[in-house]
Amino acid sequence: MTVLFGIFLLTLLVITAVAIVQTRNLFVAVMLLGIFSLLIALNFFILDAADVALTEAAVGAGISTVLFLGALALTSERERLGTQHRWLSLVVVTSATLVVLYATFDKPLFGDPGAPVHQHVAPWYLEKTPEYIDIPNVVTAVLGSFRGYDTLGEVFVVFTAGIGVMFLLSAHSGGANRRKQEASGIGLREHLIPRVVGRLLVPFILLFGLYVQFHGDYGPGGGFQAGALIAAAFILYALVEGEERTLAALPQSWLNALMVSGALLYGGVGLAGIVLGSSFLDYSVLSADPIAGQHLGIILIEAGVGMTVTGVLLSIFHAFAARDQA
Amino acid sequence: MYYAVTIAVLVTMALALTRALIGPTVYDRVLAVNMFGTKTVLLFSVIAFLSGRPDFLDLALAYALINFIGILAVLEFFRSRANKRAEEQRGNPADGGETD
Amino acid sequence: MDIFLNLLSWVLLSAGGVFVLIGGIGALRMPNLYTRMHAASVTDTMGAVLVLTGVMVQAGLTLATIKLGAILIFLLITSPTASYALASAALLAGIKPDAGQAADRTRGS
Repeated sequence: MTVLFGIFLLTLLVITAVAIVQTRNLFVAVMLLGIFSLLIALNFFILDAADVALTEAAVGAGISTVLFLGALALTSERERLGTQHRWLSLVVVTSATLVVLYATFDKPLFGDPGAPVHQHVAPWYLEKTPEYIDIPNVVTAVLGSFRGYDTLGEVFVVFTAGIGVMFLLSAHSGGANRRKQEASGIGLREHLIPRVVGRLLVPFILLFGLYVQFHGDYGPGGGFQAGALIAAAFILYALVEGEERTLAALPQSWLNALMVSGALLYGGVGLAGIVLGSSFLDYSVLSADPIAGQHLGIILIEAGVGMTVTGVLLSIFHAFAARDQA
Repeated sequence: MYYAVTIAVLVTMALALTRALIGPTVYDRVLAVNMFGTKTVLLFSVIAFLSGRPDFLDLALAYALINFIGILAVLEFFRSRANKRAEEQRGNPADGGETD
Repeated sequence: MDIFLNLLSWVLLSAGGVFVLIGGIGALRMPNLYTRMHAASVTDTMGAVLVLTGVMVQAGLTLATIKLGAILIFLLITSPTASYALASAALLAGIKPDAGQAADRTRGS
């Protein structure tokens, strides 16, 4: 039955993807990309991959839509027609598709217990997690401890993306064309109901974000999802109360500090492993009991990830919004 | 018993997707995305119980909150676009507005 | 008692599924933007209440019920607000709710 649901959702996914590529109105494409992210998140969810589904729903369907709309507000809405090299790209794409389709005939069947993915690494993780790390969520154990290098790389990629966007978008023409946004009556700030509801929800979203951050050891959650949720709370506040009040609540200097200190915290925990006598990113030496050391290490690095993701997402949002006002 | 609800919600998602694809104005598409979002929350909740894992309900809660923020962001985008059009029209009366 | 709870949740879930389907068909077949919004938002909220209550009855008195209650409260608060914001944005952008016509008209066309 799960397979049927999966096939249905994948069919909808193909239809959405074709529609996204077909349309020339970029706003329609952004809306359809939101639906696309939701369909992918549902597919992950049906396959029991809850952490990835949560990240995809929070970042892909929520934050990405907001950032795409911010970018669209700065450019035009109609896509310009591309160059004329259509036949060559068609040949390349078709041949690549045929090769990939031919390769899938050799794949093991869905759920086959003899497949290579179930033979080597996965059983080792499932067996050794209770012994070395002792937390219920194996995904966080793998992400935080066994493959800590990869997550370190991810945090630095997010950090680099944040720096890149801030370089590109902060170099605008100063305050030259700063004009006051006139109340046109459509805006959310002039309507009472969205303002009240928005302001009511912000503390709950923040609390839920903190819950997701620290609950990553026991259920779906972790730093990336929590960062996206906390950034979403501040974006909601910015939408209903305005850019200036949000920047008064959480200034850009704090966002910079969050970005930098998150990445530094992660690297620092890794270096602490060396200082205390073991290798880089070995958390067992952080405390007298190795398992308690692993727990401490995972909490610290997840906090680092959450801080960096929050800082980066909010900085990108403010960069777009400030550029739009000027 | 959960299967019937799941099938109903999946069919509704397909219908909402159709509305998002053919809606003549942009507001139709925003409506369809909002509806798709609430149906996704319901589907997360029901399938979490269907597969016997009630601790996956965090996803439904997270997405219920984020859906709201996405829709408000879209409407804010419309407002800023309408403001810009109004400014341009005041500066250049020959400019026409465009729909959709 | 068990049978009564199962029957109750079965009734609630089926009613919720019917409402959700009605909402989908309404959003597709209604002629005007505002009638579509009406169909989508009313059935959205009602269907969500019924489905989530049905699942809550099935879950008994556990943590999952509290989480479902939280999801229900948030959906009840945010879904009508989103519909209100959408309808007022559409109205202020100039799409007229033509009661007598069967098609959308925008200002200036």
